[in-house]
Amino acid sequence: MAEEKKYTTVSIPKPLYDKIKARIEGTGFTSVSDYVTYVLREVLASLEEEEKEEVFTEEEEEKVKERLRALGYLD
Amino acid sequence: MVSKPHGGKLVRRIAAPKTRERILSEQQEYPRVQIDHGRAIDLENIAHGVYSPLKGFLTSDDFGSVLDHMRLSDDTPWTIPIILDVKNPDFEEGDAILLYHDSLPIARMHVEEIYTYNKKEFAVKVFKTDDPAHPGVARVMNMGDHLVGGEIELLNELPNPFAKYTLRPVETRVLFKELGWKTVVAFQTRNAPHVGHEYVQKAALTFVDGLFINPVLGRKKKGDYKDEVIIKAYETLFKHYYPKDAATLATVRYEMRYAGPREAIHHAIMRKNMGATHFIVGRDHAGVGDYYGPYEAWDMFDSFPDLGITPMFIREAFYCKKCGGMVNAKICPHDKEFHVHISGTKLRKMIMAGEQPPEYMLRPEVFEVIRSFENPFVE
Repeated sequence: MAEEKKYTTVSIPKPLYDKIKARIEGTGFTSVSDYVTYVLREVLASLEEEEKEEVFTEEEEEKVKERLRALGYLD
Repeated sequence: MVSKPHGGKLVRRIAAPKTRERILSEQQEYPRVQIDHGRAIDLENIAHGVYSPLKGFLTSDDFGSVLDHMRLSDDTPWTIPIILDVKNPDFEEGDAILLYHDSLPIARMHVEEIYTYNKKEFAVKVFKTDDPAHPGVARVMNMGDHLVGGEIELLNELPNPFAKYTLRPVETRVLFKELGWKTVVAFQTRNAPHVGHEYVQKAALTFVDGLFINPVLGRKKKGDYKDEVIIKAYETLFKHYYPKDAATLATVRYEMRYAGPREAIHHAIMRKNMGATHFIVGRDHAGVGDYYGPYEAWDMFDSFPDLGITPMFIREAFYCKKCGGMVNAKICPHDKEFHVHISGTKLRKMIMAGEQPPEYMLRPEVFEVIRSFENPFVE
């Protein structure tokens, strides 16, 4: 079985920590760390979504279109 | 723009023609491992990017992280362990092995790691139970005692009687782009469609450009609709009741795990890799028996702000005699006495008895298709 997940420490301003602590009271978040992890994952994911990525070449795309036409998916 | 592949890049692990030829000509030199039907399908899904970012079966780091945190060790959301089990490995770490289903070589695998695991822990963490009556648990308990992790290259695919309907992520992505769909909602199914399904699908389609019906084909339980019945039933439904430019149908081969909430996330990831931006999460999604709460899968999505596909939680539809149409609990004000719930089991019984269900339950055209099969159900 794999070892425990590794964690590291990140510093944030104390007033911000206090604000988050107050904010998560009564929510499903059990700690400031949980909340910060959640928010950072969300932010990073949205940034990554904006990055364009070419999945296949034009030649590959043309081949795929030919197959899709042959199967009746495209006119 | 359709969804970015999970993990950022669409994986393709298909051996290049010359490499494949060479491997096959030298196949006697490799240690040989027999795999079951489900693992052969997993290999196809890895190779075609349905399971992106996986490039092979999980190593222990990822396996442990998936069990404990529902994420790969690099923090990418991943809820179902995709693993290869063996009873007595007669090869070592660093070897290349060939994986066979019967006499067909399916893939070459580079053995990065051989490790042991705790079956009970696996079952409880993934299925939330160690009850051997749960089909997923039963399978885990029958697995070999060793897991083998490492990257793969696909050499052959199992015969596919529905190849015409099976689209890979690279194909669905091009298809959605050509159709001009920027937002696509995917619907997973293992059933011939009744009017309740149609209601949920069309409710979702209202908010996006395209609807992608993606039936799961594969081994089924006794009494399930046969694969060809599901496909033909949907083709008929499309012909008569769906807008041609806003709905499409393609199948995927996949072995159900019945892991409820965890598997709902996995199903969403598969459809994200196919290019869907939204995913319909049903009532008791991927559940079996009463191991999971009816809407437990919905809550699971709260833990994944970085999933990269938007779940659509559409309540179960039923017919209301007062409203005179399909509704759901949120929009219908009438008492339960006016509600008729569409039960798959009830429909099946009616069909088996040769009785035509009312139109508000099953489209007559769909009934005709089902009836045209001598036996539409798995025996």
